[in-house]
Amino acid sequence: MSTDTITRADVCAAAIADAFKDDGEIFASPMGLLPTLGVRLARLTSNPDLVISDGEALWQGGTPPLGRQDVPEGWIPFPRVFDIITYGKRHVMMGATQVDRHGNQNISAIGDFAQPKRQLLGSRGAPGNTVNNRTSYWVPRHSPRVFVEQVDIVSGVGPKRAKEAGPAAARFNDIHRIVSNLGVFDVRGADDRVRLLSAHPGVSVDEIVEATGFELELPADVPASREPSAEELLVIREMLDPKGLRFKEVPHG
Amino acid sequence: MSKPRDKRMSIDEVVASLESGMTIGIGGWGPRRKPMALVRAILRSDLTDLTIVSWGGADVGLLARAGKIRKLVYAFVSLDSVPLEPNFQRARQDATIPELVELDEGMFATGLKAAAQRLPFLPMRAGLGSDILVNNPWITTVTSPYDEGHGHEELVAVPALTLDAALVHLNRADAHGNATYLGPDPYFDELFAMAADRTYLSVEQIVDTAGLTVDTPVQRVLLNRMMVTGVVETPNGAHFTNCVPDYERDERFQRAYAAAAGGTDEEWAAFEERFLSGDEEAYQAAVVAFAEEGTK
Repeated sequence: MSTDTITRADVCAAAIADAFKDDGEIFASPMGLLPTLGVRLARLTSNPDLVISDGEALWQGGTPPLGRQDVPEGWIPFPRVFDIITYGKRHVMMGATQVDRHGNQNISAIGDFAQPKRQLLGSRGAPGNTVNNRTSYWVPRHSPRVFVEQVDIVSGVGPKRAKEAGPAAARFNDIHRIVSNLGVFDVRGADDRVRLLSAHPGVSVDEIVEATGFELELPADVPASREPSAEELLVIREMLDPKGLRFKEVPHG
Repeated sequence: MSKPRDKRMSIDEVVASLESGMTIGIGGWGPRRKPMALVRAILRSDLTDLTIVSWGGADVGLLARAGKIRKLVYAFVSLDSVPLEPNFQRARQDATIPELVELDEGMFATGLKAAAQRLPFLPMRAGLGSDILVNNPWITTVTSPYDEGHGHEELVAVPALTLDAALVHLNRADAHGNATYLGPDPYFDELFAMAADRTYLSVEQIVDTAGLTVDTPVQRVLLNRMMVTGVVETPNGAHFTNCVPDYERDERFQRAYAAAAGGTDEEWAAFEERFLSGDEEAYQAAVVAFAEEGTK
């Protein structure tokens, strides 16, 4: 397989898989399509010990394609999900309508809380996730409207705010990666700021800076995000997503 | 031979026993196994100024659109396949719900647990550092009296979500209020029941007690009759949310609901007129007619 057939969606899947490769035997909890693909890719390659669910109530014994079921290896109804969050052996990758320079995330509402310009989902489990277990974010459309100076409402708590809230908040706060359609980031810059780790192949650092609404911490040399291996491409294309559902979230080009 | 009480009621009797100003918890989860027949009956009633505590779906959207909610306690409101609930969005963006308590999901569950344990609060990490504590300044923290090697940790004192009444929908019950769920997830219906002074249970089918476990393990009997005040048989009563294995979510109907809710006032009025202007029997007949249109 030649590299010119590798799509951006494949690169994103590999970057998401890498976010879970060192997690060991924990509950990998992806929200949305590309995170699910990336987690399942990790389970079939770099981290077979990951515990995954069908997104409903069953832990999956095998690693099914997107939208499919495998034999269950256990039961994980919603009440038990909250038990696992506080138990801590979990890494969730959530979406983010807004994420700011300090890695705070918003999925609650845009504008003032009292009368928002646009009501979103509500904060869901983001406040609890971010002070209990490892949390990453996936942003399929990187833009200055998503990567903002300061989120309107803090749902997910970044490391700086967690430290300010005290040791009980900071103790298990672990914002691991932000993966977007343009690059990979963490929040281990100076003053707990968002830092660019790699730019996806074909994306320039200028393009990322342009699409980000705050000042990113930039390393002197920005590596390219790695391309998926031939084995990974086979797993993505032939096993996990033969229908190409990933291109609905990250189109070709 | 004496038996426990027969708690069978009608939908109208349930709603007649509720009062304006009450705090009402609604079981299920988002667009899943919601006691929609009871919610629809509240829409038809003159109940008002309600505090609604819910893992929000169309129950919250419908009650908000009808102006029934004075205060809403929620962690999300979503229809899943339609991520943002249009009636809830409208209510928020027009600021028509006077009081809002947005919680983290874990806080919401913990608040129900505290109420079920008759405690004023339970401690938790969730909420620390987030705007949940900024937008709910009445929710405060508590300092641990114990030092487990990490100092005296300052934790959120999650307030009890004590309910006047809980409404839940399960697959089957007996006339005494013992009830089984047959789907994949109990959600938090048992906690809602134990957090409430009174619990009203609607079910797909009322069976004799032996019928509860005739083809399913006893572990599926989720509610014991001591937690239940009244039982109503409401076939298809969770519609248009799901009640598996009895039925899946009615996605076509949900799309029609969402389109009307997010559309013009006239479009919403037409939806109300068609589906919500009569009693539950009329609703179910209108749903059948709508489904038949879809198969033509």
